[in-house]
Amino acid sequence: MCEHSHVTEQPTQPTAAPIITVDDVSKTFRIPTEQVHTLKERVLHPRRRTTYNELQALDDVNFAVRSGEFLGIVGRNGSGKSTLLKCLAGIYRTNLGSIFIDGRVSTFIELGVGFNPDLAARENVVINGAMLGLSRREAGHRFDSIIDFAELREFTDLKLKNYSSGMMVRLAFSVMIQVDADILLIDEVLAVGDAAFQQKCFDEFEAIRAANKTVLLVTHDMSAVRRFCDRAILLERGRIVAEGDPETTGNRYLDLNFSAEARAQATAAEVAVTAPPTADSTVSGDGRAVIEEAWIESATGERVAVVGNGDEASFKMRVRFTQQVANPVFSVSFRNGARVPLFAASSDWSNDHSGPFAAGETAIWSVRFRNLLGPDRYSVSPSVTLEGGAALAVHEQMLSVVVTRVAPGALVDIPFEQQLTRRSEADKQQTGAQ
Amino acid sequence: MSDAPTTTPVPPATAGPGRQILGPTALGDDPRRFWRLAWTIAVTEFKLRFFGSALGYLWQFVRPLLIFAIIYIVFVEVLGVGGDQPFFGVALLLGIVIFQFFTDATAASVRSIVLRESLVRKIDFPRAAIPVACVIQALMNLGLNLIPVTIFLIAAGGRLYWRWLELPLIVVMLVVFVTGLSLLLSALFVRFRDVEPIWDVVMQGLFYATPILYPLSVVIDKAGIEVARLMLINPLAAAIQQARHAIVDPSYESAGQIFGTTAGNLLPIAISLATLLIGIWVFSRAAPRIAEEL
Repeated sequence: MCEHSHVTEQPTQPTAAPIITVDDVSKTFRIPTEQVHTLKERVLHPRRRTTYNELQALDDVNFAVRSGEFLGIVGRNGSGKSTLLKCLAGIYRTNLGSIFIDGRVSTFIELGVGFNPDLAARENVVINGAMLGLSRREAGHRFDSIIDFAELREFTDLKLKNYSSGMMVRLAFSVMIQVDADILLIDEVLAVGDAAFQQKCFDEFEAIRAANKTVLLVTHDMSAVRRFCDRAILLERGRIVAEGDPETTGNRYLDLNFSAEARAQATAAEVAVTAPPTADSTVSGDGRAVIEEAWIESATGERVAVVGNGDEASFKMRVRFTQQVANPVFSVSFRNGARVPLFAASSDWSNDHSGPFAAGETAIWSVRFRNLLGPDRYSVSPSVTLEGGAALAVHEQMLSVVVTRVAPGALVDIPFEQQLTRRSEADKQQTGAQ
Repeated sequence: MSDAPTTTPVPPATAGPGRQILGPTALGDDPRRFWRLAWTIAVTEFKLRFFGSALGYLWQFVRPLLIFAIIYIVFVEVLGVGGDQPFFGVALLLGIVIFQFFTDATAASVRSIVLRESLVRKIDFPRAAIPVACVIQALMNLGLNLIPVTIFLIAAGGRLYWRWLELPLIVVMLVVFVTGLSLLLSALFVRFRDVEPIWDVVMQGLFYATPILYPLSVVIDKAGIEVARLMLINPLAAAIQQARHAIVDPSYESAGQIFGTTAGNLLPIAISLATLLIGIWVFSRAAPRIAEEL
C-alpha cells in the first residue's frame, strides 16, 4: 500500500484561467475571554481592554479552482472548512490574503435559509430571490422553475407552516438548485433528508456536473467526494494538509480521523494505547487459565490501537494457568463492526502440541500477521481452550483495534496481481502455441 | 492586532481574475439590489402584520387612535392643556402618529439584526437592508395613520392648505434622522445587549421632551423662547412642530418662527444628516463582522 504524501495534480486544461483564486487566506476569530456585554460596563470601565483568545480558523490557505471543476473540501469538525466556505461566500471577512471569484456565486449553507413559515411559497421564493440579488423579472422566472421542479404548483399559495416536511424539503432544495449561478458553494446539505431525497440531491449533482458548473462541496461524506469531485482539499487546523485526487485525499482524511480517535482514547485511558476494553466484553471458561492481558503491537514492537491496512502487526496475550493443563490451544478472532469474524488464528492449526503447563505458570502467545483487513473497528476475542474443546478462558471482545486507510471498498484487502490481456493478442498466442 | 474591528485586506500583486471577495458590507455595491431587498423585506413584514390576524389591520389603525383618545381625555378634557389652540385634538393626534413612526422604526431596528441571525450567518447580503426595511415598514404605517388625522382635521373644520406640500419634506428629514438612529442602534445592539432597555428609556424621555402632549406655546410662555429653541434642535420635535404648522393650523409656530430665522431650520436638518452619517459609519464598520459576533 503506497503512502500518498505528495500533492497529485489533477490533469485539467492548462489554458483555463482559475475561476476562484484563494491567496494566502487567513481568518482569525477573536473569542473574548471577558466580554463586555453592555454599554454600561463599557462606560463604567472605558479603559478596560477586552482580552481575546484568538482562534486561527484558517491559516495561510492557498488554492485555485478552474471553471467546471467539482472540488471537495473535507476535514474534521473544527478544521475550518465551513469558515473557508463562508469566506468565499463573503459572509466572513478574511484577516489576511485575498479571494477572487470570476462569476456569479450562489451559496447554500443550509436548506431553506430564511424561510418564514407564515408566508406562502410564493413570498418565500420572492424574498429568497431578493436576498440573492435577483431582479423582479428574474425572480418571477425563477419562481416558475422552482415550483415546477418541486412539483408544488397546486400549493403556491399555501403557507409553509401547512406544508408537510417532505414538501418543505422539496421547495428548499428546488430554491437551492434553480439558481442561475456559475459557481455553487455547498455546505453539507446532503446531511439532511431521507434516502430518496439524498438520491435526488445526487441526481441533481450529476446534472450540475454535466452542466459544467463550478462547485465547491464541503462535506464529511467520503462517498460523495469520490463520486462527484474531481479534486479534494483536506483541511486540518485551518491548513491544507492534502490536496489532490479525491481517493487519496479521502484516505488521508480517514487516517486523520481514526488516529485522532485513537489519540483521544489513549489520553482517556491514561495507560498505554493498548487494550481499550470494549463495552460488551465478557469473560467465560472454567477458570483453569486466565487471560491477564492482550494487546496489539506494531511492527516496531509498540503497543497500538490503530493499525494501518497493509502493515505488519502482532497480536499478543499473556495467559496464567491456575491449574495444571496439558496441551492448551490459544486462539484469537477479529470481528468487524458488523460482528462478522474476518480473521481468526489458533495454535491448534500448527501440528505441534503446546505441551503441559504447571499451575501458576505464565505464557505469552503471539500471532504475527500482515493486516489485510479493511478499515473498520475490530473487536478482538482471545481464548484458551483444550484440544477437545473445553473452554479454559474465553474473553469475548477483550479489546478493539482500528484499521485505517481505505481498501477499495471491501471487507478485506487481499493482495493481488492483475493483468490485462487483449483478446486479439491472446488469440494469436493461442494459435501460435498450436 | 489592533482594536479596530475591521482590517481591510490589501489586494496583493498576484490578483486573480474576477472580483475580490471582501466580505459583507453595510450597503453592498448595487444600490438597486439594496433597495429591492429592503423593500421586499418591508412589504412582506407589513403584509404579515396586517394579514397575519383578522384584527391586524384594524389594530394598526386603532392603536394610535386609542392612545390618542386616552391622552385627549386626560390632557385636553380634564387638565385643559392646549385649550386656546385651534384644533388641538388633531394636533395631538398628529404628534402621536409621528412619534409612533419614530418608535416603530427605531424600536424594531434595535433587535432586527439579531432576530435575523440565521440569515446573516448564512447569506451574504447588504446588512443595512434589515434596519432600513424596519424604517420602510414604519413609514408604511405612518402613511396609513395619516388618513385618520386628515379625516379628523376635516371633520373638525380644518382646511387643506398649499402648505400641506411641506409634509413630504418634513417626512424626508424625519426618515433621514430615523434611518441614522436605526443603523446606529441595530449595529450597537449586536455587541451591547443593554442598548434595548436604554433606548426604551430614551424614547420615554423623548416623548415628554417633544411637544406632543402640549403645544409649544406653553413652553414659550412658561420657560422662554430659548428652551423652545433648544427643544426644536431635536429633529423629531422640529418635525412634529413643523407638521402642525403646515397641516393643522398656521397658528402653531413654525420651526423657523421659533428660531427667529428660516435658516434656523437648518439646525435640525443638519442634525438629521449628521445622525445618518454617523449611523452609516458605525454600521459600515460593524457590518463585516456582524456574522461572527452574533
